[in-house]
Amino acid sequence: MTDDAMIEVSNLTKRFAGYEAVSGLSFTVGRGEIVGLLGPNGAGKTTTMRILSCFLPATSGSARVAGFDVCTQADEVRRRIGYMPENNPLYLEMRVREYLRFRARLKGLGFTQTRQRVERVIEQCGLTEVGKRIIGHLSKGYKQRVGLADALVHEPELVILDEPTIGLDPSQIRSVRQLIKDLGHHHTVLISTHILPEVEMTCSRVLIMREGKILAADTPENLQRTMSKDAQTIAEILAPREDLVSCWEQMPEIEHYDLSAAEGSYYRVALTGVDGQDLRPVIFDLAKEHGWQLRELSRTRHSLEDIYIRLTRPESEEETF
Amino acid sequence: MQAYFTLTRRELSSFFVSFMGYAVIAATVFLLGLCMISLIEKLQGDPASITVTECFFGFYFWLILLFSAPVITMRLFSLEKYSGTFETLMTTPVSDWQVVMAKFTAALFFFVVTWLPLAGCILILGYATNNPALIDYNVLGSTYLGIFLLGCLYMSLGCFASAMTSSQIIAAMTSFALGLGLFILSFIVDQFPIQKTWITETLSYMSMYNHMTDFSRGVIDTRYIVFYLSLTGFFLFLTYRVVESRRWK
Repeated sequence: MTDDAMIEVSNLTKRFAGYEAVSGLSFTVGRGEIVGLLGPNGAGKTTTMRILSCFLPATSGSARVAGFDVCTQADEVRRRIGYMPENNPLYLEMRVREYLRFRARLKGLGFTQTRQRVERVIEQCGLTEVGKRIIGHLSKGYKQRVGLADALVHEPELVILDEPTIGLDPSQIRSVRQLIKDLGHHHTVLISTHILPEVEMTCSRVLIMREGKILAADTPENLQRTMSKDAQTIAEILAPREDLVSCWEQMPEIEHYDLSAAEGSYYRVALTGVDGQDLRPVIFDLAKEHGWQLRELSRTRHSLEDIYIRLTRPESEEETF
Repeated sequence: MQAYFTLTRRELSSFFVSFMGYAVIAATVFLLGLCMISLIEKLQGDPASITVTECFFGFYFWLILLFSAPVITMRLFSLEKYSGTFETLMTTPVSDWQVVMAKFTAALFFFVVTWLPLAGCILILGYATNNPALIDYNVLGSTYLGIFLLGCLYMSLGCFASAMTSSQIIAAMTSFALGLGLFILSFIVDQFPIQKTWITETLSYMSMYNHMTDFSRGVIDTRYIVFYLSLTGFFLFLTYRVVESRRWK
């Protein structure tokens, strides 16, 4: 066990009657990381989070949070996590400040500490103007912030947020995301989502899940890099066709090329480099050398979305394509 | 302990902040008022050898008890399960026992509060008749002990029914059926032949109707206290097991 691991999950399996929600899951999250758990609906994200927050026990395997086992040392674990479940359930008849005080007391904070922390999270989550209002009367965005404030009120080491931006309007999503990003300075954050830009914007690392298994785990950039082996370089060049063809034939870096006539007398070429090599500088040099006119030079990049779609496509579907 | 008190306070405030708590109290007061009218009718008749409190424990008391108990308890667990707050509650550092006991305590406290107007009725009666002998405070005390013990049993029963489901209606119906079932045991004994068998013996010990009559006469029998407290303990234990069952289900 390493000291800086916040979450250690090994071989975690959770079986419900008739199906396996999580099967043989293993991953580690270091302190201070913001990790996104990404996957289609029913991939086992919520189940994993429920196990980590000691709400459900695992069928087999182990999970440790801050070095404490979630099964045998549940109290220690619960003290250290702030968990916001999916759909953010709240006591709708309570007032915001009253609710946060109640939650803080429940989490074992003393009187003065409760008062200080509640004021702090109210400010942090932008709830100052609604502190006295009844939660049930608030807009969805504010409710979400109350849920976040609740997750943060006892200064947990680990914050687990299950779909924190679901059902919000774009500007609310942006402010919640910014809040999550700011959390990364003091807390370890694990968020689940199926919204890709969210992960790209907020997370330092992504775990992609499908059918209870982890398919990929890396930083968003690395994932893009590894998946961009077949990235193409696109160029539009004004040059005789024969020159272009002979040029591409001679170059060892090019694995495959495709030539088509474009608007004007330009040619549009799509080049695939060996090992996903970036061909843009080579093409620029060639154009300069031969005096060709170049009007476009770009490289197709796989977005996280492509990676995600490719990884999470069910196997049966893959075969038919 | 802090978690227990915090939770109890929240549960209690949810009774008094929402309209529901007052609706239950109002209904109880209304029925107690009717009770009072019938009591006055009785007192105008021939002298009887029963206490004033005993007169109360005919039909209305049981009607109020059997209906108000499921209404008070149905929401305790099932609403939290339905709205999902059960998850946020159980992921804080509180034990299952603390949650069960806090909800039980709050419900019991509220139940006793709904019966406070009864004392008012009796005191008014004493004041209006100008007859101090009518009101025996000891009898009133033992009556409240009886109400308290019955409350323990019915609240624990309601907790158990509520913990099992996420539907308030199912919870209310289950606890009503269990509660009424237990109450009807008091009368089943009459259906048996006169000779004593172990069945009739057992049933007669479990006759809550007779227990309550004794309490309202001022008779405090420790067997009754043991009976109610042990059954309450049993149902609270069942509730605890149901709450805990998410861990092994």
